[in-house]
Amino acid sequence: MLIRLEHIEKTYGTADHPVPVLHDVNFAMREGDYYAIMGPSGSGKSTLMNILGYLDTPTKGKYYFEDEDNSRASDTQMARIRNEKIGFVFQSFHLLQRRRAWENVALPLMYGNVPKRERRERAEAALTEVGLKDRMEFYPTQLSGGQCQRVAIARAICTDPKLLLADEPTGALDSKSGQQIMDIFDGLHERGMSIIMITHELAVAKRASHMMHIYDGVLSGGDDK
Amino acid sequence: MLENIREAFDGIRSHKLRSALTMLGIIIGIASIIAISSTIMGTNEQIKQNLVGAGSNVVTVRLYQGDYPFEFAWSTVPEYIAPLDDGTLEEIRAVPEVASASYYASRDAYGQIRCGGKSLSNGTIYGVDKTYLSVFGYTVRAGRCFTDRDFDRFRKVALIDETVSAALFSGANPVGETIDVCGEPYVVIGEFTRASDFRPTVSTLEEYFTYNTSTGGKVLIPFSTWPVLFRYDEPRSLAVRAVNTDSMTTAGRRAEELLNATILKDEPEVRYKSEDLLEQAKNLQELSSATNRQLILVAGISLLVGGIGVMNIMLVSVTERTPEIGLKKALGARRRRISAQFLIEAGVLTCLGGILGVLVGVGLAYGISKMSGVPIFISWYIVAATVVFSFIIGMVFGAIPAYRAARLDPIEALRHE
Repeated sequence: MLIRLEHIEKTYGTADHPVPVLHDVNFAMREGDYYAIMGPSGSGKSTLMNILGYLDTPTKGKYYFEDEDNSRASDTQMARIRNEKIGFVFQSFHLLQRRRAWENVALPLMYGNVPKRERRERAEAALTEVGLKDRMEFYPTQLSGGQCQRVAIARAICTDPKLLLADEPTGALDSKSGQQIMDIFDGLHERGMSIIMITHELAVAKRASHMMHIYDGVLSGGDDK
Repeated sequence: MLENIREAFDGIRSHKLRSALTMLGIIIGIASIIAISSTIMGTNEQIKQNLVGAGSNVVTVRLYQGDYPFEFAWSTVPEYIAPLDDGTLEEIRAVPEVASASYYASRDAYGQIRCGGKSLSNGTIYGVDKTYLSVFGYTVRAGRCFTDRDFDRFRKVALIDETVSAALFSGANPVGETIDVCGEPYVVIGEFTRASDFRPTVSTLEEYFTYNTSTGGKVLIPFSTWPVLFRYDEPRSLAVRAVNTDSMTTAGRRAEELLNATILKDEPEVRYKSEDLLEQAKNLQELSSATNRQLILVAGISLLVGGIGVMNIMLVSVTERTPEIGLKKALGARRRRISAQFLIEAGVLTCLGGILGVLVGVGLAYGISKMSGVPIFISWYIVAATVVFSFIIGMVFGAIPAYRAARLDPIEALRHE
């Protein structure tokens, strides 16, 4: 198993006024799987995503990543796991406007202390994979929305993460660009990348190999299509 | 690190006006410190050079009545003041701080030096011993120096300086001419010149009194002929040359003590006192630096205000870049890296401000020097110190914004638009 969630609970708020967000979430995923998680807003899908991506810690329960329980990791340890094992793709791309495409891609490599020369090579390889080799020196402002998201995907995969987390990756794009992004995810899945994608578009979710629903903090489904 | 510095410059470039305004506080603070300190040090250097006379290291010890030099022209000498004997002089010469010592008597010569219808309005007559010229570092430019025979045979010969020469002979060769010194004919045997050609600027009455004797003309005659013009056994003044500038005070004090020991009566009113120019220079310097320290304090306050401005802008910058911080954290940037980014940005901002401040300050100092005639002395040590100090200000006032940035929750930060 790549990841395993056991009885994960997440509660926000104070002790007097607890706001439960996730209820007893159990979930396991093999390496190379492609999951889509669907749910309306306020269902807890973002919280689940944050826990999966080591941006947040669960209140209760255990989260095994490669059979290791890191659910009580320190801030620094979590930063390292995020850097080495997880790739993030956000709805709003989150590119640094003052950096060229390849520099944006190389950002996580910098935090992983990869030597400078190697950073550019690996950024180039990742940009080639998303079909933007010829846009390496461009700034985000010179790229279309779809191209920006492809740069963001390149940034997520250039560290060779174990798990790719995508939060509404097509949410800010037109359908044609969205299609291209989905094609790229398909390609990554084919070459063995483990992907979890949050979406509320059924058409997008259907392209994953497994589909799950989250509703009021309860996760269900997960069977093969 | 390099990446952080680059990021800092990116940040500053992207908000040129804002950064410039933020730096202004630092620039003003640093510039005023540089300008003030350069002026102070220039003034101090001038005071020291003027009073101490650029390395002659001579302290004069004179008889004082109360706070004023004993006026031999008007007062009779008290009987308990013994004339200087060779033994005391030898004792003074044996003091380790004393390089050489010479005695002399002096009298103001208001209109008492004449030659061919011309008279010297402002000058001093000195009755000197054989070592006087060497102690003061005077050299004979034309003619000859005093010889032993001049002293032994009570020859009425005189050495005059350029001022006297110019006043009485208007550039003609004075050697061999006869001048009238207090009614006695003296033959000019030579013209001497000071070792340093320092000319003080006299702009206040105080300065006039300080430099009075050094600007007026000097006529030197052998001490042995002094009684011809004035009295026998007049108490003499002493010129003590110290081994170096720093030991001037000690040399003067020792000579003063030895001379006071020869006063036969315990009379606090009439004492020998060393006229320590170094001490006077120090006093003047302290006076000027006391006021200037307050000025630097005021400049320091403007630096503090500048620092607070930097903190303010850095806090704005952290808020503005919250999503960027969130993203960096999501991609695995540690807290230390985030805080370093903002610390370095604040440091670079204030450091740039410091460097610009130094440039403005040096310019200001030159301007002040041009206007007031005070020389400036730019210490590169102070320049370096202020730049480093401004960097430290950035670090100190950047600390709170940097800490806040580092503590941001990545989820909140990413959501922040």
